Amino acid sequence: MSACPGIPPEDAVTVTVDGREFQVRKGAMIIEVTDAACISVPRFCYHKKLSVAANCRMCMVEVENVPKPLPACATPVTDGMKIHTTSELAQGAQKAVMEFLLINHPLDCPICDQGGECELQDLALGYGGDVSRFAEKKRVVKDKYIGSLIATDMTRCIHCTRCIRMLQEVAGKMELGATGRGENMEIGTYIEQSLESELSGNVIDVCPVGALTSRPFRFKARAWELNQHASIAPHDSIGSNIFVHTRRGEVMRVVPRENEEINEVWLSDRDRFSYEGLYSEDRLASPMIKVDGRWEASDWDTALQAVVDGLRSITSEAGADQLGMLVSPTATLEEMFLAQAVMRGLGTHNIDHRLRCSDFSDQDSAPLAPDLGMPLEQLEAVDAALVVGSNPRKEQPLAGHRLRKAALAGASVMFVNPVDYDSLYPVAARAIVPPSRMPAVLAGIAAGFPDAAGKAPEAVRALIASASPDADQQAMAKALKAADSAIVLLGNTAAAHPQASLIRALAGVIAAASGTVLGFLPESANSVGGWLAGAVPHRGAAGGLVATPGLDAHALSAQPRKGYVLLNVEPEFDCNDGAGALRAVASADFVVSLSPWAGESIKACADVMLPISPFTETSGTFVNAEGRWQSFTGVATRVGDSRPGWKVLRVLGNLLDLEGFDYTGSEEIRDELRRQVDAATGFVPAAGKTIASAAYGSGLERIGDVPMHAVDALVRRAASLQQTPDATGSAARMCAAQAVQSGVEDGTTIKVLQDDHVVRVGLEIDERVPEGCIWLPGAIRATTELGPDFGSVTVEKI
Amino acid sequence: MTAGTTTRKSDLLTPESRAHIDAWLEKFPADRKQSVVLTALDAAQHQNGGWVSRELMDAVAAYLDMPPLRVYEVGTFYSMIELEPVGRNMVAVCTNISCMLCGAGSIVEHVENKLGIKLGETTADGRITLKLEEECLAACAGGPMMTVNGHYHENLTPGKVDEILGGLE
Repeated sequence: MSACPGIPPEDAVTVTVDGREFQVRKGAMIIEVTDAACISVPRFCYHKKLSVAANCRMCMVEVENVPKPLPACATPVTDGMKIHTTSELAQGAQKAVMEFLLINHPLDCPICDQGGECELQDLALGYGGDVSRFAEKKRVVKDKYIGSLIATDMTRCIHCTRCIRMLQEVAGKMELGATGRGENMEIGTYIEQSLESELSGNVIDVCPVGALTSRPFRFKARAWELNQHASIAPHDSIGSNIFVHTRRGEVMRVVPRENEEINEVWLSDRDRFSYEGLYSEDRLASPMIKVDGRWEASDWDTALQAVVDGLRSITSEAGADQLGMLVSPTATLEEMFLAQAVMRGLGTHNIDHRLRCSDFSDQDSAPLAPDLGMPLEQLEAVDAALVVGSNPRKEQPLAGHRLRKAALAGASVMFVNPVDYDSLYPVAARAIVPPSRMPAVLAGIAAGFPDAAGKAPEAVRALIASASPDADQQAMAKALKAADSAIVLLGNTAAAHPQASLIRALAGVIAAASGTVLGFLPESANSVGGWLAGAVPHRGAAGGLVATPGLDAHALSAQPRKGYVLLNVEPEFDCNDGAGALRAVASADFVVSLSPWAGESIKACADVMLPISPFTETSGTFVNAEGRWQSFTGVATRVGDSRPGWKVLRVLGNLLDLEGFDYTGSEEIRDELRRQVDAATGFVPAAGKTIASAAYGSGLERIGDVPMHAVDALVRRAASLQQTPDATGSAARMCAAQAVQSGVEDGTTIKVLQDDHVVRVGLEIDERVPEGCIWLPGAIRATTELGPDFGSVTVEKI
Repeated sequence: MTAGTTTRKSDLLTPESRAHIDAWLEKFPADRKQSVVLTALDAAQHQNGGWVSRELMDAVAAYLDMPPLRVYEVGTFYSMIELEPVGRNMVAVCTNISCMLCGAGSIVEHVENKLGIKLGETTADGRITLKLEEECLAACAGGPMMTVNGHYHENLTPGKVDEILGGLE
């Protein structure tokens, strides 16, 4: 650090640490200097991502001309400072602090989950005494229950307060605190309750002792038995970098892998704990064929031949157009690429991964792959963000975290949403309206820009011209205009909205008029990859030309086909119109499911089940929200006779005598697609927007967003996540005024009717829901029998 | 998720308590409302017969825009904030060093015998609570001493204690 690039000379000071001279930034804490120089200073409470508390006193160092040792984490450097980290004074202070910390710490390392990866244990080795001089009674703290994800052993707590600061400063809500005083101080929730944060698992990582450990992992393995493998999280479109820890080939847990550009040091609970679903009871161990209505285990040759025969019989008798394929947006890029190649080889473009969408009318004018349009890191540096149809905290937790950082730094974060989601940061402006009103609000914001209507695409020009923006809408337009760097961000609800094309067009007008970025927060780990790989009906891989587009995800359930191929899809949970999709699939003549699991509905309606590997057992690639390609390898032993999806699809291609299925490694497939995508840099979407959004029906509008722990087959099987507050609610919610209008009462069970479907659910009054709406999530068991997530419903008292 | 309610949590605070808190809020910057938390808890305790319930702490939190846990932290930290119901009168005998040297031990013993309760307990009729382990109240020159409902009584003798306690309703 002798020459420090990036530090202006007037901000640089020279300090000496253990005899070595450094040029550092004025005002930096000593510990930042020593950390950057790889000089080890022991610490417990200091964490580079959290505020400085300076309460553990472990990082004492000696500074010349200061009579007493100083905490390195809370002492700013000054010019000419001479610091000693290992002098007699420093070491004496460190050892004395260590002795105090160990006074009340139990000697239960052999039965502690943190044993072997414990900061206290490690430092006690270097700084602790070999014999305790403390003969009095140790304090004992009663354990707390703070939810299904985190196990507590509060007697081990050394009161560093990292967990408190993490939840308050990063997760945004103070869910843990230090109550009591002195000997009686305890970390806890005070009133027994589960942590609600979607980032709560990170307290496990920041805890330097075994006070907060992973509950699902408890007593499962010791740290030194585990092998650590780098991988990529398979749920949201952040593409968080993770380490998968395995023991003898079995996944034991998942922890974050630091990547400042993507997930920093954090990980959402969904990405951390979903591994529990990998080995669920309904995991498929071998290919299965349905014979006379009964499932029989089979070998791969027989099963694949059955698939070939089934598909061929449909193409020859009814035509390839009678086939359809639904692809999970969590499938790997390689699987998607081969899947579309199989379908197109068979002669149909009926393939889609946009399972939660219903309005595709503008798909030809979509970019090559709708993505964030800026690096994730930049999201925290924007001055303004207009978030449309999204609850970033629960949809893409770490993008939500970046937005929160922006808001706390003064950015105007604004929402146009059908529910007033709790953002945990100051919101500059919000328009909480029924889904049907969202386009009108966007038109109002667009009308806040002079001549926006004139430059708008034909399809929305009249809408903008006739809008008269209210004060809020004008304020939103003004904030976007004033910002140096801003983004208009479309989330899951915007994508699933029945008038999604209209919303996209209007958001595009706002972005263009304000000179900001139009960004998409794609729903899933590989939503962007789905576009690139050609898992869409109107374009081939890398945007390849398709003469006559196939059927999109919505049409594939609205116009039932005779044969379906499902790639890791459970129609009733994964599709926008769950009941409709399941009915279409169930009525088909031949259905093949490629999935690690045999879900109930799949067992009921499929004819062949092929067990493919989940992300931990196959190599593959996910393309995240920024368009970043992140490849990973299989890290765990494959369960039973399951095979990586790309291998299954390759063999299927060969058995169907299709061209271009000669890959010997998944890297070859990725590289082939990479070449095609690189060659498509000049891709130009079709000019002129076609927008044919269906008109909104009358009646109560359903807001059917997807709860964060219901988004895909893996997380739906993760037992501990299913017990968290984010997963347990299945009630319908309405505001009090709407309940009165609808003649239903708080706390009662009501009947919800949609098309010809009926479900019974509990009703809760919730003022975050606008009048005219009922908030009834999709993708959960209670509502799988309902129709479209954002359709019209009626309710009845029972 | 909680159902929406039309009543606010801070409604539990009486107009007198609010006026008291508001007067103190004026002394601090608008974004530093939590500076008033101890005074607010004191007002809440005063309106509630000498102790603060969890609901009242929530009310203070809502009134001062603080996370409820921050208020619990303060409430559990300070010994002058009572979190359980107490008697109508709070008697606190100082047992710190100066008073101890002046015979606070025998005063405590006398009070305990007279009332039939131990430190930290409340008489069955709810008349008196004896404060547990009261620390120095800075009246060392007048030890042994005690406070009754915050008022100082110095140079205690068993007879003087009987007189003071006898006068409590």
